[in-house]
Amino acid sequence: MNTRLAMTLLVASGLALSACAKKAPEMLPPEPGGVTPSQTTGGDSTAPVPGSQADFVAQMMGQDTIYFDTDRFNIDATDQAALAAQAAWLGRYPAKRITIEGHADERGTREYNLALGERRANAAKNYLVSLGIDAARITTVSHGKEKPVALGSDEASWAQNRRAVTVTID
Amino acid sequence: MKKLIPFLLAVCLPASALLAQDATPAASAAPSEVEEDVVGTLDNDARIAIPAFATNADVPTQTSAGTTSTLGFQVANVIFGNLRNNGLFKPTGPSSLPRPALSQVQAPDYGGWRGRGADMLVQGYVRAEPNGNITVGCYLYDVALGQQRAKAGWTVPPGEWRRAAHKCADMVYSQLSGENPFFDSRIAYIAETGPKNRRMKRLAIMDSDGANHRYLTTGQATALTPRYSPDYKSILYLSYFNGQPRIYIYDLTTDRQRLLLQSQHPLFAPRWSPDGKWILYSMAIGGNTDIYKMPSAGGNPIKLTDAPGIDIGGSFSPDGTRIVFESDRSGSQQVYVMNADGTGQKRISFFGGRAATPEWSPRGDQIAFTHIAGNFRIAVMSPSGGSLRYLTDSWQDEAPTWAPNGRVIQFFRTTRNSGKTGLWQVDLTGKNERKLDTPVDGSDPAWGPLRP
Repeated sequence: MNTRLAMTLLVASGLALSACAKKAPEMLPPEPGGVTPSQTTGGDSTAPVPGSQADFVAQMMGQDTIYFDTDRFNIDATDQAALAAQAAWLGRYPAKRITIEGHADERGTREYNLALGERRANAAKNYLVSLGIDAARITTVSHGKEKPVALGSDEASWAQNRRAVTVTID
Repeated sequence: MKKLIPFLLAVCLPASALLAQDATPAASAAPSEVEEDVVGTLDNDARIAIPAFATNADVPTQTSAGTTSTLGFQVANVIFGNLRNNGLFKPTGPSSLPRPALSQVQAPDYGGWRGRGADMLVQGYVRAEPNGNITVGCYLYDVALGQQRAKAGWTVPPGEWRRAAHKCADMVYSQLSGENPFFDSRIAYIAETGPKNRRMKRLAIMDSDGANHRYLTTGQATALTPRYSPDYKSILYLSYFNGQPRIYIYDLTTDRQRLLLQSQHPLFAPRWSPDGKWILYSMAIGGNTDIYKMPSAGGNPIKLTDAPGIDIGGSFSPDGTRIVFESDRSGSQQVYVMNADGTGQKRISFFGGRAATPEWSPRGDQIAFTHIAGNFRIAVMSPSGGSLRYLTDSWQDEAPTWAPNGRVIQFFRTTRNSGKTGLWQVDLTGKNERKLDTPVDGSDPAWGPLRP
């Protein structure tokens, strides 16, 4: 079965894609709610402020996101490496809080996918906690299938959309 | 207080005895218990003439339709639209028919209508009352037999004139199909705009024919999965108003909303019990989602499921004693039934693939759901899980909702790649499928009951 290979390739392409994808619009507003203007990540000329969301995205090089198989929520070896990188960064900035956004692909029903996205976000959270990150620093939110990043209706797009994205709260 | 005032038509015809006689129309096939009988009983190709309604005096009204004369035309046109759009009849509307005089309303020119090839005739009158209200009289005649089949009348506030037309269409539909009425009802849904990755999703409501459309939320926060309360006074729905998915109750009498309950955990899939006394919802704790119920008047929630995995999307049987829901405890989404107290949980879907979004028919005899095996199709089965029947065949149809009479289903269809969505309707034969007109894209339709 070469799904693992396919997955690795997809993750690799996810890396390349998310390096140029704009992350800012996906950010959840901070807790009290309301609409916050999407933050602008630092320009090319200036390096991101250490410990900022821009810094996190730059440092993770795509590992701010982990990917899942259809209907699954298990943390595989690739995910473990990504989450370890996230944990290392979070270890350097112990005051930072994060939100993990869980997502599903469009090939599921709406309500089930909301629950599935929550389950995926929790799987990522639990793994970070197992690496020593304080659970109180982590919130989760599911967007189900409502916020895809890849817009096609094909396996490659769906694989990119079955994801959990870690966003640090500036 | 908005209420229809029905009255018995004052001018009684000698044929009033006929009403009782005609009360059991053609559908002699015994109703329900056998699940299969739903197919076929609705086949009815009656050619129905619906000329403009007459009036005693062409005077201005406070309605959106204008004078009583134009209103008489519009009333007939609404009836025409109702009867045409469910595919069972062959109606002809007022724009291509002569308008009967008031004196003909109770003495139709049967010969003339026979000459036009009509089997049935729906006609009536509108009258402006001194206080601004509108009275609509509605008559159904069997042209072939030269007999009156039914009649009724309603007095409505000017803003509700379309309800009188729906009531008239409901009378005709019930008489000719033997089914319960459903046109005088409303739909809540999610209006969608924008590109696939930045879709704006707003709560919206409209009449069953798309009229009186209104947006209830601005779209700043994503809204999903609305459900009308049985009394139409409020709507349960999911909103990301505070960044997290929570359930809100939108009060339609005050246009205010509040959280259903305070929770640190995500809440999904709100549902009313048929009597409005209970609310079902699902809550995820640590990634594990279970179904709860709580009194709608407030009180302690009761946990109904505790299987590991996702239990979600409950729907009460019409008598309130049982709940159908979906669970992936077996490894994939399947449909289960339990008693309303959570006991006796039992899987009923064994069709291969996945089975999701079950909704119990208001008649109790069927469960509509989404069957996923490659494509997403709307299907029905019996409450024991038998008699699977597909109603649609498209790339992605999901989330069925029942018409108040349990004979028509709405759902939403997603277009491959573009992600565009639309509200669709299909009857239980699966033959009469059509897209609903909405101002923008639509999803998550929720059909309310017949209006009180």
